[in-house]
Amino acid sequence: MTTTSASTASAGVFDDITSSESSLRRFLHGLPGVDQVGAEARAASLGTRSIKTTAKAFAIDLAIRMVDLTTLEGQDTHGKVRALASKAMRPDPADPSCPAAAAVCVYPDMVATAKQTLGDSGVNVAAVATAFPSGRAALDIKLADTRDAVEAGADEIDMVIDRGAFLSGRYQQVYDEIVAVREACARPDGHSAHLKVIFETGELQTYDNVRRASWLAMMAGGHFIKTSTGKVQPAATLPVTMIMLEAVRDYREMTGQMIGVKPAGGIRTSKDAIKYLVMVNEVAGPDWLDPDWFRFGASTLLNDLLMQRTKMQTGRYSGPDYFTLD
Amino acid sequence: MARIDVKKTYKLYIGGAFPRSESGRTYLVNDAKGALMANASQASRKDARDAVVAARKAFGGWSGRTAYNRGQVVYRIAEVLEGRRDQFVAELRASEGVSASKANTAVDAAIDRLVWYAGWADKITQVVGTANPVAGPYFNISSPEPTGVVAVVAPRGPLLGLVSVVAPIITTGNTCVVIASEPHPLTAITLGEVMATSDLPGGVVNVLTGSAAEVAPWLASHMDVNGLDLTGVEDPALATSLEEAAADNLKRVRRAPLVEVDWLATPGTDRMTDWLETKTVWHPIGI
Repeated sequence: MTTTSASTASAGVFDDITSSESSLRRFLHGLPGVDQVGAEARAASLGTRSIKTTAKAFAIDLAIRMVDLTTLEGQDTHGKVRALASKAMRPDPADPSCPAAAAVCVYPDMVATAKQTLGDSGVNVAAVATAFPSGRAALDIKLADTRDAVEAGADEIDMVIDRGAFLSGRYQQVYDEIVAVREACARPDGHSAHLKVIFETGELQTYDNVRRASWLAMMAGGHFIKTSTGKVQPAATLPVTMIMLEAVRDYREMTGQMIGVKPAGGIRTSKDAIKYLVMVNEVAGPDWLDPDWFRFGASTLLNDLLMQRTKMQTGRYSGPDYFTLD
Repeated sequence: MARIDVKKTYKLYIGGAFPRSESGRTYLVNDAKGALMANASQASRKDARDAVVAARKAFGGWSGRTAYNRGQVVYRIAEVLEGRRDQFVAELRASEGVSASKANTAVDAAIDRLVWYAGWADKITQVVGTANPVAGPYFNISSPEPTGVVAVVAPRGPLLGLVSVVAPIITTGNTCVVIASEPHPLTAITLGEVMATSDLPGGVVNVLTGSAAEVAPWLASHMDVNGLDLTGVEDPALATSLEEAAADNLKRVRRAPLVEVDWLATPGTDRMTDWLETKTVWHPIGI
């Protein structure tokens, strides 16, 4: 983790930009446009790398460590969250060498349950807050939602931006909301829950908007930028993630501060996950190849990673019968 | 002017689609006289893996259909095969070098075999299922359930042999991954084309062409395969090693036949019962 907190960094460099609606708009619309065809071609070409043997074993273990094991269903029960938390700690009970997942991602009311099961295992609890997934609620409700989750012990907060405000150009409102939620993430003991900002890129329409949202969230002090809620199609895609990785790379060059990236939704196979890791390495750089700076929001992905891992160790294909259903 | 003879490239049949091999490999298929007949895809272990995934995906839906409906679908395969009779006869004559009457006999027998098994679909339960007398106030009922995904090494009989091993597996509600006979893969893929157009859901039958010695070990050791039919394995050493690999997850194994099978003879029910598990239910009387 970098020692500079986001607010101090942005306070220095971006004061002029974030001081008013018009300067914010001028800055965001002044960002270079994304060449859609070029971005998609580049993302596709990065997906063709062949990752085999030891590199593949490394990638699979890294991907397991980066998984935010997620359950965000109306039908979630405390029992299911406990089972998921146990799985995050020991993804493959038959193999002690299998690393733990990064975090468990749940709704705020399940945070206490998840925290209780996880204890001090090192696996974090992430909570989606701010009227997830639509983000359609008054600011004070969103803040109360966030404080609730933080008080219950959430280590990470996944907030959604107000896409309606963003699309109608009210960037200042989106900015202020992120700043306010970030403040609500603070704990009495001085530590603060990490804030992930979800853009729901499937609703942002253009790659230019994804780039603007990325800069907006980074300037407002988000620790992570996250593609989607998983409730809207298309969810995470390679080109969108690439544009976000470019944004965090440029942001570090400008401010010296690192921001994490989390694609979420639609990543189901090890092959997909490895494509993302290749892209992280090529676009942002190897510094981001760490669970502190890159995460996968997923649920079914973990089982596929475990099956591939077992295949590499035993030399025979494994089947879903040997892993938990979730 | 004579038309140019364009050799067909036969693809694999996986999940209801006809993809090329993931490895991009093909091999030459010769006719009985040794002349080039066509190109066939040479499946790799990843094609086998994809086929198992497709078969597993199809299993829930296929095994959940009523036995009566499965019988109708198998009967439909026979109907569509009948419609393609000329193509099969021509392929058999070219690839095996048999006479027209022999090829006709084989195609007839293959159609009849499908009809025969189609009839069994909703009758096998009555034959091997039972109501058991027990010393207590219970209904005790045993009924056969499909085993799951069955991997098959198909025998040489390019059409009749293949139909005779695949039909009983799917009639009973299993799904399968078939490695077609290496020297005669064409009828297997043409049969795939028949299945793709006869209401059989994609993934219930998956056909791989290529080397059984290369692909079969991956299927034998695959933890998501529930049964292994070694009817077409002619090398005893390979058969033994496949059986050993299959032991890892206690697959049901049908061993390679000791003597050559006469495919024209009427089969017994053993090819169906090999891929059935017996489920026994105790139900209290009076509730």
